[in-house]
Amino acid sequence: MTVQDSNKQTTDNPKVIGKLLVVVVAMFGFGFALVPLYDVFCDITGLNGKTGDKVNFKTAPVVDESRLVKITFLASLNESMPWEFKPQQDFIEVHPGKPTTISYIAKNISNKSIVGNAVPSVAPGLAAAYFQKTECFCFTQQELKAGEEKIMPVTFIVDSELSDDINEIALSYTFFTSKQNNEDLADNSSTAKSINTFK
Amino acid sequence: MRAVTRPLGLACLLLLSNPTLAEYRLNLEPGVTSTSQNAYDIHQIVMWICVVIGIVVYGVMTYSILTHTKAKGHKPATFDDNLTIEILWTVIPILILIGMAIPATSALLAMEDVSDSDMSIKVTGYQWKWHYDYVGEDVNFFSNLSTPMDQIKNKEAKGENYLLEVDNAIVVPTGKKIRFLFTSSDVIHAWWVPAFGVKKDAIPGYINESWARVDEPGIYRGQCAELCGANHGFMPIVVEAKSEEDYLAWLSEKKTAQAAAAESGNKTWTMEELMAHGETAYNTSCGACHQANGEGLPNVFPGLKGSAIAVGDIAKHIDVVVNGVEGTGMQAFGPQLNDADLAAIITYERNAWGNNTGDMVQPSEVKAAR
Amino acid sequence: MNAVVEEHHDHDHKPTGLGRWLFSTNHKDIGSMYLWFAFTMFFIGGALALLIRAELFQPGMQIVEPEFFNQLTTLHGLIMVFGVIMPAFVGLANWQLPMMIGAPDMALPRMNNWSFWLLPGAFGMLLASLVMSIMGLGSAPNFGWTFYAPLSTTYGPDSTDYFIFSVHLMGISSVMGAINVIATIMNMRAPGMTYMKMPIFVWTWFITAYLLIAVMPVLAGVVTMMLTDRNFGTSFFDAAGGGDPVMFQHVFWFFGHPEVYIMILPAFGIISSIVPTFSRKPLFGYSSMVYATASIAFLSFIVWAHHMFTVGMPVAGELFFMYSTMLIAIPTGVKVFNWMSTMWRGALTFETPMLFAIAFIFLFTMGGFTGLMLCIAPADFQYHDTYFVVAHFHYVLVTGAAFSIMAAVYFWLPKWTGNMYDEKLGKLHFWLTCISANVLFFPMHFVGLAGMPRRIPDYALQFAEFNQIASVGAFVFGFSQLIFLYVVIKCVKGGEKATDKVWEGAEGLEFDLPSPAPFHSYTTPPQVK
Repeated sequence: MTVQDSNKQTTDNPKVIGKLLVVVVAMFGFGFALVPLYDVFCDITGLNGKTGDKVNFKTAPVVDESRLVKITFLASLNESMPWEFKPQQDFIEVHPGKPTTISYIAKNISNKSIVGNAVPSVAPGLAAAYFQKTECFCFTQQELKAGEEKIMPVTFIVDSELSDDINEIALSYTFFTSKQNNEDLADNSSTAKSINTFK
Repeated sequence: MRAVTRPLGLACLLLLSNPTLAEYRLNLEPGVTSTSQNAYDIHQIVMWICVVIGIVVYGVMTYSILTHTKAKGHKPATFDDNLTIEILWTVIPILILIGMAIPATSALLAMEDVSDSDMSIKVTGYQWKWHYDYVGEDVNFFSNLSTPMDQIKNKEAKGENYLLEVDNAIVVPTGKKIRFLFTSSDVIHAWWVPAFGVKKDAIPGYINESWARVDEPGIYRGQCAELCGANHGFMPIVVEAKSEEDYLAWLSEKKTAQAAAAESGNKTWTMEELMAHGETAYNTSCGACHQANGEGLPNVFPGLKGSAIAVGDIAKHIDVVVNGVEGTGMQAFGPQLNDADLAAIITYERNAWGNNTGDMVQPSEVKAAR
Repeated sequence: MNAVVEEHHDHDHKPTGLGRWLFSTNHKDIGSMYLWFAFTMFFIGGALALLIRAELFQPGMQIVEPEFFNQLTTLHGLIMVFGVIMPAFVGLANWQLPMMIGAPDMALPRMNNWSFWLLPGAFGMLLASLVMSIMGLGSAPNFGWTFYAPLSTTYGPDSTDYFIFSVHLMGISSVMGAINVIATIMNMRAPGMTYMKMPIFVWTWFITAYLLIAVMPVLAGVVTMMLTDRNFGTSFFDAAGGGDPVMFQHVFWFFGHPEVYIMILPAFGIISSIVPTFSRKPLFGYSSMVYATASIAFLSFIVWAHHMFTVGMPVAGELFFMYSTMLIAIPTGVKVFNWMSTMWRGALTFETPMLFAIAFIFLFTMGGFTGLMLCIAPADFQYHDTYFVVAHFHYVLVTGAAFSIMAAVYFWLPKWTGNMYDEKLGKLHFWLTCISANVLFFPMHFVGLAGMPRRIPDYALQFAEFNQIASVGAFVFGFSQLIFLYVVIKCVKGGEKATDKVWEGAEGLEFDLPSPAPFHSYTTPPQVK
């Protein structure tokens, strides 16, 4: 090997390796960056059916009297939730732009206080960006004491920009036990402790 | 050898135009909805294009292998490029792909158009069963695999619809556009009925939609299509498509039956009734994890035979079954089963496999615990 | 390509004892360790497959519980992907790349050692979870090699955290190996060897190495997110906390799709080395092979969601991913046509490496056809998560990648050992393997189309006949690999002496070296014209 060749290697190798390590670290960071990127992408396009946070209207939106959109209300519980949960009405037909309030009813049928988180989801996904909530029980955690029943309202407006192709929307809420709840229960419940190999 | 196996393989593919050979299928079924027909048609188009390309490619190679051999004294050529042919074999495949993409696009657009449905059914995946809710009709029920464990364990001959039968099939009217809304209560499942061409993931916390308009009455069977735990292979789907009249009749029968089941929570049950009903209900809802013999799976699913909960304090036992155990795989069965089912299961668990506590739990006790 | 013949080494110092292997910085020894490791894992992963196929021989549960069956399928996949195919290709890279470019060793010989030794550690942990499961101490990973959330996060067994650690170790090993490959290829080519004069196997590994450093860190990211979701209260994939299980799939497959190209591009390089040799004709279209490989690598980043067509994506997304995936057929087709044109009007002989290479072209193409069918989204609704997919990927990975590895071993064993392997036994191994692989995997197309889902331990009666046929094929395939083991060991121990050139049509700097290649070769680089 010539002196020139081996010199080239001694200076070039570290350079190449350095650049590659930067790529490695950058791609690792990219993996994590995909998380907010994914959320941003979904917010803009509503593609995963996630509706946004609370929307405040400064002026009343224009109501489109020429069409009706049928909203179907669905209620689900995660398998660990000992609640009963259902919508007060199964459907409603609304004019886009008109604020509408409907309610869900939830009852804690267990014998201890439970805090729940409601996660909303809309189908078709493309309609999610046009489904705006001004009030929703999904904005905050909901605590129900043992045996307590509560009426949970949602006020929403279907944006009149919603594509004409879409005239049916399904709104679903799934109640999960809130993670905080998990930790409290795990501390207090001896039942959980005795079955801790159970995963 | 290749000259024999290649054509043989292709002959098998050609047989695909005859969909049934003995009891097994070689090809996709056209199904009974426009969705399944679309899927079948585009499948056939792409497959046959591949077969033709395959015949050409394999044919050329086979010829080369038989002719251009050193053994036959063939002298090797020296060419190693040819711009014309390289352009041709890049452009022609592009054209073929565009030719496939056009029908594929229109098929997809038709299949994903859920608008203007006539009715909605909410489908929820559970480990390991399906729950159906006829939106707006107040009819909802669980659908569990009904193949007896003895058939699975090879102690009994297997029935015709082995692993594809359930205790409560869903019933849909023919000729109506049905919107299916999918979600899950635990992990990701997928609802798939091949005859409908409908397959959609059921994702916890999210709602997905698909649709079907079934043209022909009949019984259609499907399976869960996303790994969801131990009994992923044991949570089938059965859909009965009936004329609208028959569907409405079934719907009102179902409402009556539901009311009666709820009523049964009000009466007092005898030990025999509780144990008999409890055994069936236990095997359906609990056996997947805790096993028919109550022994569970060590360090995965606890055994109930001789367990502290099953022979200990009754109120705690009811609590575990009704409310589940947070942070473990034990679901809250309170929202899933009615008082009578729960009481029977708990009674059975307290007395089976030698537990013999002699305890009886009445539906009213379960109701009080909620 | 011409080269000045390298002077022979009279002394061939090798270290001795256990230290030779534990502390090796020699690319040949490290290459051998990777290959033996992969071969061992092949038998272990294969044994798991035989257990699976034994259970699936008939309807009904005969041998294992459903819960354990899921562990078998998970570990079979993880072992084959991360413990067999990838390490085997790295082993071939280690052995061949320095010799092919006229370099004395890899750029970073000590890191090379660590890259290898991470693997037994990683797989020791993974296999330990299986052993503990068999002992009744808890489940091994049971969520499929694709470990979707929340099955793997909220509902994953305790061993999942060890699985995550294991994946991190494998990832670090791969990334370090890839950095080594890139640095070696960029900086250590013999004078006169421009990029477009490099052997095609070097090119495919060069591109593969870039894919590795791009996506293995994303895999590391995803399993770290799983780890924190499971143990540190985050909710990346948990809808309860505002997370999204579908996002797991997006991030996983962003890694996962390039990963499958990582597992095939080196195979393309091997076939492109073997076919010209036994056709006695230069590779047709060298530069288009390079460009095609690079396009496949680039396209592999924009197709990932074709694994997720049923997840509830909007139509625009489904269409995009369908079109982008269809595009990959073009450069792949170019490669197949180039191999065919290399053979066309050559003077073909059919030694074992050539048999495997030809089988690769036929059968990988078969897998390519089913891949094209799968990417057609409307049809995919009927194929997704069925045995049709299982058939597709086993064709591309077994009769594709694995066959190319076997071909490479037969092709280069004489160079590595100085002995010719037993050609008769090699051919026997080939025919048994090729026929049984088809008996095993072809029927899976039928049961998949007929409606059999994947990852199920038991099935409805109409799937019985083809499952039985597949299981028979599996056992023949599995036991045939013992012939391969015998051939390799026999060749290492002795045999007809190999010439330097080994094969009449062989080209390349490695064939200018003696057989066996000296422990240190090309310590002075050759001049390449």
